[in-house]
Amino acid sequence: MLKKHKNLSPPLTLLVEVMTNSTIKMMKINSIANLNQETLALTKRLFLQLIRRPSTLFAGILQPLIWLILFGALFSNAPEGLLPGGMNYGTFLGAGVIVFTAFSGALNAGLPVMFDREFGFLNRLLVAPLESRNSIIFSSIIYITSISILQSLAIMFTASFLGYGWPGIGGLFVVVITLLILVFAVTALSLGLAFALPGHIELIAVIFVVNLPLLFASTALAPISFMPSWLGWLAAVNPLTFAIEPIRAAYSGPLNLANVLIQAPYGDLNGYGCLSVLIGLTIGLFILISPLLNRKLS
Amino acid sequence: MHVIDTQELVKSYGPVKALKGLNLQIPKGCLYGLLGPNGAGKTTTLRILCTLLAPDSGKVLIAGINALQDPRSVRKEIGYVAQEVAIDKILSGRELLQLQADLYHLNNLEKEDRINKLIARLQMSEWIDRRCGTYSGGMKRKLDLAAGLIHKPKVLILDEPTVGLDIESRSSIWQLIKELRDQGTTILISSHYLEEIEFLSDRMAIIDDGRVIAEGSPEHLKQELGGDRVTLKVREFSSQDESEKVKQLVQSVEGVRQVVVNKSQGYSLNLVIEKEEVLNRLRNKVLEAEYQVFTLTQSRPSLDDVYLQATGRTLMDAELAVSTQRDLKKESKQSMR
Repeated sequence: MLKKHKNLSPPLTLLVEVMTNSTIKMMKINSIANLNQETLALTKRLFLQLIRRPSTLFAGILQPLIWLILFGALFSNAPEGLLPGGMNYGTFLGAGVIVFTAFSGALNAGLPVMFDREFGFLNRLLVAPLESRNSIIFSSIIYITSISILQSLAIMFTASFLGYGWPGIGGLFVVVITLLILVFAVTALSLGLAFALPGHIELIAVIFVVNLPLLFASTALAPISFMPSWLGWLAAVNPLTFAIEPIRAAYSGPLNLANVLIQAPYGDLNGYGCLSVLIGLTIGLFILISPLLNRKLS
Repeated sequence: MHVIDTQELVKSYGPVKALKGLNLQIPKGCLYGLLGPNGAGKTTTLRILCTLLAPDSGKVLIAGINALQDPRSVRKEIGYVAQEVAIDKILSGRELLQLQADLYHLNNLEKEDRINKLIARLQMSEWIDRRCGTYSGGMKRKLDLAAGLIHKPKVLILDEPTVGLDIESRSSIWQLIKELRDQGTTILISSHYLEEIEFLSDRMAIIDDGRVIAEGSPEHLKQELGGDRVTLKVREFSSQDESEKVKQLVQSVEGVRQVVVNKSQGYSLNLVIEKEEVLNRLRNKVLEAEYQVFTLTQSRPSLDDVYLQATGRTLMDAELAVSTQRDLKKESKQSMR
């Protein structure tokens, strides 16, 4: 800036500089305001859709509750002390159902975007002078995260009503943080798929294929010690397991993330280890997918 | 200065060349029509202009801004109403307009004011608070148009704005378009309806096979063609043989040009005459040869004739020809982002 105005007298130069800086500052404030406005508007749309078509929300809450009630009852007469730490099966399952619910919700995050692509609504957004097209992504993340938290709270209340326990304030914090990380990662993946795949049929197919196998090959329904070694390996590298175990620890009594939570075939992992793996995975996925999103959105 | 200026636009979809060096120069405040059969490259052109699509090569300037280098600034200047109405059927019309206003960063005051004005102007108040899923085609199109106008764009791009609409909706949209032009908006409208382009546009271009093949005001294009069109039938349904014989006959009349046997109209003869009085000579010649004159009509050249002259086929024939070749499913995939 100074170079440009070198024939001006020093006070004037200063004035020009101050003014330019303040304009830049104002422009920055302006662009943040714009980004806010467009992200909020897009998020509002998603919530209006949800409120006016609440069946998916009801189903999304009902399904995990059914899991919890029916599946939780399945092993209620199993010999005591079978599960690590003497946990009853309902408590054990609770963490699994919470994570699985958040996971499948986030995996579906790409569907509305895919439908917007197919029906041409996305074009409406792309023709508009959006401050950043990332607002399309942000709105999806805000929406899916809110729903996941809502669903998880419903599961936790029901679980506590069924006598499966309550994680306490510190535990609740761990539950929410763990879910946020997982939901970010899976939402990114799903949005990536929504732009990479040709249509909603293909997206739904991928969701179907991924969903249940990831559940079964995790510690959601049974501990690694119950599994044959090949499945134990799969469960020990499954991202869901890294989310399930910290939440299960939050349920199982005084929470200490330094405790060993996963006794994997490759070694032991404590709570911090689990969360680090999840964070690493999330960052990795964002780095992997952002070029794709950028290419499709610019 | 030209508000829209494209130079040598080229765009291919795989092996299909949609645009083969398309040039368009549209002056400020002009209502400009883009006429061509389906598949001529109209939509591709418009999608490039509104920054949805990048050309393989060529230049695009909108309001002096390079659309390929600074697409965001261009987006602020244009309103685009796509051919396929993209409306969220769960939202009400008002909510869609509010969303649109937020995407263009209008502040709350402007937003309410603009939305209310558009609702009043387009007479949408009765149904604007109903969900879009209940709207008729005409309502949807009006709403879509209102959405495109929310930020008072300098340039309005309309892709087949009245396709599939009833006459009433169509004429109210036409009226609005003319009004906007009178207020100084530069408007580019594509259509494969001749009468739409003829009625609306100040200037027009005919596109065929990815190129502009004729350009000017509709009046000018018709005048350039010269001569009057004449349709002659010697009986209600002639045979091809008979028509060919009559063709030989009338071709010899002085002042008669371009005699064509029109198969699709019962082998009638279509021809061009240079002057009014040729008509009488023509009639006498036919009667002398002991043919009847069943019909003999004369008309000023139409845009269809302009199209025929420029491409060697009528617009309808062109439509029929492409309709069998087009893969609509594939095209909709191409338009997905």
